Amino acid sequence: MSVRDRFLTAAKRRILIKDGPYGTQVQARKLQEADYRGDLDLSADQKGNNDLLNVTRPKLIEEVAHDYISAGAHILATNTFNANRISQADYAAEHLVGEINRSAASILRKAVDARDDGIDRFVCGAVGPTNKTLSISPDVNDPGHRDVGFDEMKAVYREQIDALIDGGCDVVLIETVFDTLNAKAAAMATMEAGEELGRDIPMMVSLTLTDMAGRNLSGQGIEAFWYSMRHARPLTIGLNCSFGATELRPHVAALSKIADAAVMVYPNAGLPNELGEYDEAAETTAALVKEWAGKGYVNAVGGCCGTTPTHIRAIADALEGCSPRRIPQIPPALRLAGLDAFSVAA
Amino acid sequence: MSSSTNFINIGERTNVTGSARFKKLIMADDYETAVEVARQQVENGAQIIDVNMDEGLLDSKAAMETFLKLIAAEPDIARVPIMVDSSKWDVIEAGLKCVAGKAIVNSISLKEGEEDFLAAARKIRRYGAATVVMAFDEEGQADTKARKVEICDRAYRLLTENGFPAEDIIFDPNIFAIATGIEEHDNYGNDFIEALKEIKARCPGAKTSGGLSNLSFSFRGNEPVRRAMHSVFLYHAIPAGLDMAIVNAGQLDIYDEIDPELREAAEDVVLNRRADATERMLAIADKYRDGGAKTSATDDAWREQPVEKRLEHALVKGIDAYVVEDTEEARQQADKPIHVIEGPLMAGMNVVGDLFGAGKMFLPQVVKSARVMKKAVAHLIPYIEAEKEEGAKAKGRIVMATVKGDVHDIGKNIVGVVLQCNNFEVIDMGVMVPWQDILETARKEDADIIGLSGLITPSLDEMVTVAEEMQNAGFTLPLLIGGATTSRVHTALRIEPAYDGPTLHVLDASRAVGVASKLVSETAREELVEETRSAYADIRTSREGKGESKLVSLEEARENRFVPDFGGYEAPKPQSPGLTRIEDVSVDDLIPFIDWTPFFRSWELHGNYPQILEDETVGESARSLFSDAEAMLHRIADENWLSPQAVAGFWPARPDGDDIMISVDGGERRLPMLRQQVGKRAGRANFCLTDFLMPEGDWIGGFCVTSGSFEEQTKRYKADNDDYSDILLKALADRLAEAFAEYLHHRVRTQLWGYAPDEQLSMDAIIKEKYRGIRPAPGYPACPDHTLKPILFDLLQATDATGVTLTESMAMLPASSVSGLYFAHPDSQYFGVATIGEDQLTDYAARRDMPLEEARRWLRPNLA
Repeated sequence: MSVRDRFLTAAKRRILIKDGPYGTQVQARKLQEADYRGDLDLSADQKGNNDLLNVTRPKLIEEVAHDYISAGAHILATNTFNANRISQADYAAEHLVGEINRSAASILRKAVDARDDGIDRFVCGAVGPTNKTLSISPDVNDPGHRDVGFDEMKAVYREQIDALIDGGCDVVLIETVFDTLNAKAAAMATMEAGEELGRDIPMMVSLTLTDMAGRNLSGQGIEAFWYSMRHARPLTIGLNCSFGATELRPHVAALSKIADAAVMVYPNAGLPNELGEYDEAAETTAALVKEWAGKGYVNAVGGCCGTTPTHIRAIADALEGCSPRRIPQIPPALRLAGLDAFSVAA
Repeated sequence: MSSSTNFINIGERTNVTGSARFKKLIMADDYETAVEVARQQVENGAQIIDVNMDEGLLDSKAAMETFLKLIAAEPDIARVPIMVDSSKWDVIEAGLKCVAGKAIVNSISLKEGEEDFLAAARKIRRYGAATVVMAFDEEGQADTKARKVEICDRAYRLLTENGFPAEDIIFDPNIFAIATGIEEHDNYGNDFIEALKEIKARCPGAKTSGGLSNLSFSFRGNEPVRRAMHSVFLYHAIPAGLDMAIVNAGQLDIYDEIDPELREAAEDVVLNRRADATERMLAIADKYRDGGAKTSATDDAWREQPVEKRLEHALVKGIDAYVVEDTEEARQQADKPIHVIEGPLMAGMNVVGDLFGAGKMFLPQVVKSARVMKKAVAHLIPYIEAEKEEGAKAKGRIVMATVKGDVHDIGKNIVGVVLQCNNFEVIDMGVMVPWQDILETARKEDADIIGLSGLITPSLDEMVTVAEEMQNAGFTLPLLIGGATTSRVHTALRIEPAYDGPTLHVLDASRAVGVASKLVSETAREELVEETRSAYADIRTSREGKGESKLVSLEEARENRFVPDFGGYEAPKPQSPGLTRIEDVSVDDLIPFIDWTPFFRSWELHGNYPQILEDETVGESARSLFSDAEAMLHRIADENWLSPQAVAGFWPARPDGDDIMISVDGGERRLPMLRQQVGKRAGRANFCLTDFLMPEGDWIGGFCVTSGSFEEQTKRYKADNDDYSDILLKALADRLAEAFAEYLHHRVRTQLWGYAPDEQLSMDAIIKEKYRGIRPAPGYPACPDHTLKPILFDLLQATDATGVTLTESMAMLPASSVSGLYFAHPDSQYFGVATIGEDQLTDYAARRDMPLEEARRWLRPNLA
C-alpha cells in the first residue's frame, strides 16, 4: 500500500496523534555549547542549534522520539525545523544540512521500525519556514525588496527534502507556514523530488497564524491559504503553533468546513506566561483538543511549543474512542485566492 | 472574505497593452502611481486584477516581478486574486513566483503544439494556479464558432486527461474587433457568443472569459460608442455562458439606459443583424463622440435643464448626487426658502406620486425619491428656521408605531416614507411602543391619523388593546392597521368592534396613500369610512356561526393522528448531541442560501426570483433594487456590519400524548403541542408535531439563529436622511437570518445531526425545502403558541449563545432572528394547526400548567 493509502486508511479509523516538539525536551536537559558541538569543527557558537543534535547527540534525539511513540503518537516529525541552509547560516553550519537531515530521518525511522506492534506510524520530515519570507520586504522603505527569490528558496528546501527522504521519511511536513509563497516553494521542491524518484512523496501542510483574526504573517486568511495550497494534494492541512488551543478553535472550525483533506492541528500549550514559558497543564490541552474532536473538526492532533510527551499522552488518552472528522466532499469550483478567498459559483 | 459571484469583472487598467496611462507610468518607472492604479481598480469593483507588462521596450519579466512584489505589500490590493497576463511563458512564470495566492495564468494555448501546451499546464499546476486557455492552435487563432469549439474541446480533453482539474480551466474563445468594414469580421460577435454555449456544454466545470476592449477597436476615441457596444455584448454573452471578462468595470453602461438609437445600432453590429449595420453605426457614431469619457450623452442632458426640471428629474430618478446644489440654486432664486418645497420639490414629488399611482414606478424607486426629497428639505430647514417661517403645510399628520412587544418595522417604515412622499407629516415612534405613549403623542401632536403595525400574532391582541384604550380615552381619529399578520378579517372581527372611530386595515404601502389622503379630505372621508364600516359588518355576519361546527372533538382528532412510516425506521442519533454553538459563519457563507422572492415582496414587487428581474412591468425596478441589495450585501460582508450567531441542540425525545418529552440534564422537559381539530376527509390525518416522533424513543433538535444587530448603521442612515438604505439593510438582515436558518438546517442534516450526510441538493432545491426533515417555529402555523419560545430558549441557552432575547410578546430581539425545532423523520411535514376547540384549549392550558385565560389570550388567533 502506498503511504498515501496507508495514511487515509489509518485516518479513517481514528483521530491520529502527532508528536510534540523536540525543543522543549532538549531545553529540559540543559545542554552546554560543547554538548551541541560534539567533535565537529565549527567556527560559530552552536548553543541552541537543536537540529545539530541529530548529528552530535543522536541518542538524546532517539530517546525523545521513543518518549513520543510511547505516549501514543502515530505521526512522528523529525527534529529538523531549522535544518535548512538559510537557518543554519546563523550557526555557520550550512554545509551540514544534508547530514543533519539524513541523520534525523534515520533516527526516527529506526525508532518507529523498532516498534513491531502492528500500529501504523508515519515518519515525517519536518520542514520549517526558514527565517526569510518571499512575500514580505524586510525593508519598510522598500516594499518591493526581497532577501531571497522563489528559485533560491525552492533549492534550499530541495536540499533538505532530498536528505530527509534519503534518511527514510515517508512524508514531508511543511509546517509553521507564515508565508504561503514559502510553502509553495517547499511544495514544488517536494513535487520535483518525487518526480525525480518516480514516486509520490505526500505532504502535510500546516499554517501558523499571527493574529487572532486568523491571518498569517503575509496577511492571508485560512480559506485563501487552503485554496493556495490545495494543488499540493496534502495528506493533511492544518494549523500549528500560533496560539493555544482556545484561541485556535474558531479557525480550526472554519478550516474543517472547507477542507477536503484531513485536518491536523497541533497547538501550543496555551499562551506564554509573563516569563515567556508555556505552562498549560497537559489535561487542559487535552480537554480543549477533545472538544474539537467532539465537534468533528479534526483528523489528527498533537502539540507544538511547550507541549511534552505528557501532553501527547493526555491527548491520546482523551481522544481514545473519539471518531475522526468525516472528510467532506466539496463540489469542485473555481476557487481563487489573494489574501482573501474568491470562489466562483459553479 | 470569500464571495460567490455570478459575472466577474477582471480589472484591465494594470495592463500596458490596454491602458496608455499605465504603460506611461511603467515606462517612466513610476511604480508608486502604478500601484495606485491597481488600488483604484479594486476600489471600483474589480474582483480580480489583470497584470500585463508585454511591451517591446520594457524588460517585461523584471517589470512583472517588481509590480507584483509591490502590490503584495498592499493588503487593499493583494486581497483579490491576480491574473498574470503575458504572451511569453517566462514572464508568466516570473509572475507566478511572486504570487502567494492562487492566481490565474493568462494564457496558454495549443499554438506551439500539444507538447508545449501540456508542459506549460503541468508547470502551472505546480504553482497551484488556474489558467486561461486561448482558442488558438497550430493553425492559428479560432475565428468561427466551429473552430472555437473544436479547439476548446480538444484542449479540455488534453488537460483533464492529464490531471488538470476542469474547474481550473477558463476558456477565452477570442473576442475580435467587429464593425471594421471587413465583411469577414461581421459575425465575430455571434461566433463568440454562440461558441460559449457549446463550450460550456462540452467542457463541464470549465469557465469562460474574454478581453472586451478588442470588440470595439474600430471605434477608438469614441468612448460612448465603445461602451455601448461592450454593454450590449455582455448583455448577450453573459446569459450564453460568459463567466468573466477583462473590463473597465467603472465604464460600463446599464443596458436599459443606453440611448435607444445607439443601443439598437450596437446590437445590430454585435449580433450581425443586418448587412449595413456597420455603416449605420458609423453614421450615428459621431453624434455620441462628444459625450466623452464621462457619462453617456443622454445621461447628462438633464443637467442642462432649468433648476425646477433638474429637481424633478432627480426626484423621479432618485438621483441624490446634485440635489443639494440644485436645491441651493432654487433657494437663491426663490423669494422664500419654503417656496422651494412648496414649488419645485412638491411638484416633483407629485410626479412621483402620479407615476407610482399609475403603476409606472415601484416602491424601491419611490423610497429612493424620498431620500432625495429628504436631503433637499434638510438643506432648506436651517434657512426656513432662520426666517422663522411656518413650515410647509402638510396634508395631514400621522403618528405611526410598531406596537408593544413587537420589533418588526420594515413595512411600517416603507409606509412612512411613502406617506411622506405624498406630503404627509409622519411621526414615527419606532418599535415596541406601549399604548400610553401612542395616545399621548397623538394628543400632543394633534395627529390626524394613528397607524399601528406589527408582524407577530401576539401583536394582533396588542392592537386590540390600543383600540380599546383609544375608545376609553375618547379618541375619534382614524386608526389604520397594517403588518404581515394583520388582515381585513381580523380588523373587522376584533379591532373595529373595540373602537368607535374609523378603523381601517391597509394591505400595503401603495394603498396607504390613497386611504390616508381620503381620510384627511373633507369630501372623500365620509364615503370611505362608511364603505369600510359596512364591508366589515358584512365580514362579521358571514363569519358568524362558522368555525366551531367544522371541528371534531379533541378525542376524535387524536384518534385520527398521523402515523409516519416507522417500519424499519431507526431514529438517527445525532453526530453532535447536546448544544453546538455556531460562531464560524460569515455573511458570505449565507448569501447563497438567500431566498430572494420574499425580499422583493417586502418591497411590494410581486413575482418569483429570478424571473422577476426580467419581468416586463417591474423588472427594471427589481433589477435596480437587486443591484443595490448586492452592493449592500458586499459592504455588510466586507465591513463586518453583522455578526451572525447561532446555536443548535439535539436531545433524546419521546411522545407522551400530544406532548413532546425532552430528556435533558438527567430529567425531562415537557413541550406540549397543538393538534389540528378541523374535520378531515377520509384518509387525511389531524396532524400534531408530536406525531413525527417514534414512540419507542427518538431525537428532536432545536435552533436559534440571528444575523445580529446593526444599530450603528441604522443611526447613520437616519442621520443621513437615507430611509432607503435603512429599509434595505433591515430587509437584507431579515433575509440573512432566514438564510442562516436554511444554512444551519443544511449543516444539521449533513453534519450535526447527520442523518443525510450525502445530501446532494442544488441551492434551488434547498430553498424550496426539498430535503428530509422540517424546522417548524413557535408562533408559526404548525406550532402557533409563541410561549413555547422561552422553553426552547432555555433548552438552547439561546440568549447566552446568540444574544437573542424575547420581548413580552415573545418577539425575538434583534428582529432578524429565527428559532425553531428540528424533526428528522422523512414523513415529517409542515401543516397549519388552524382553529382549535374549547376542549383542546382547556386540555392544553392544563398540560402547559397555564391559567386558562392566559392560554386563551396567547392562542386567540387559533380560537373560533
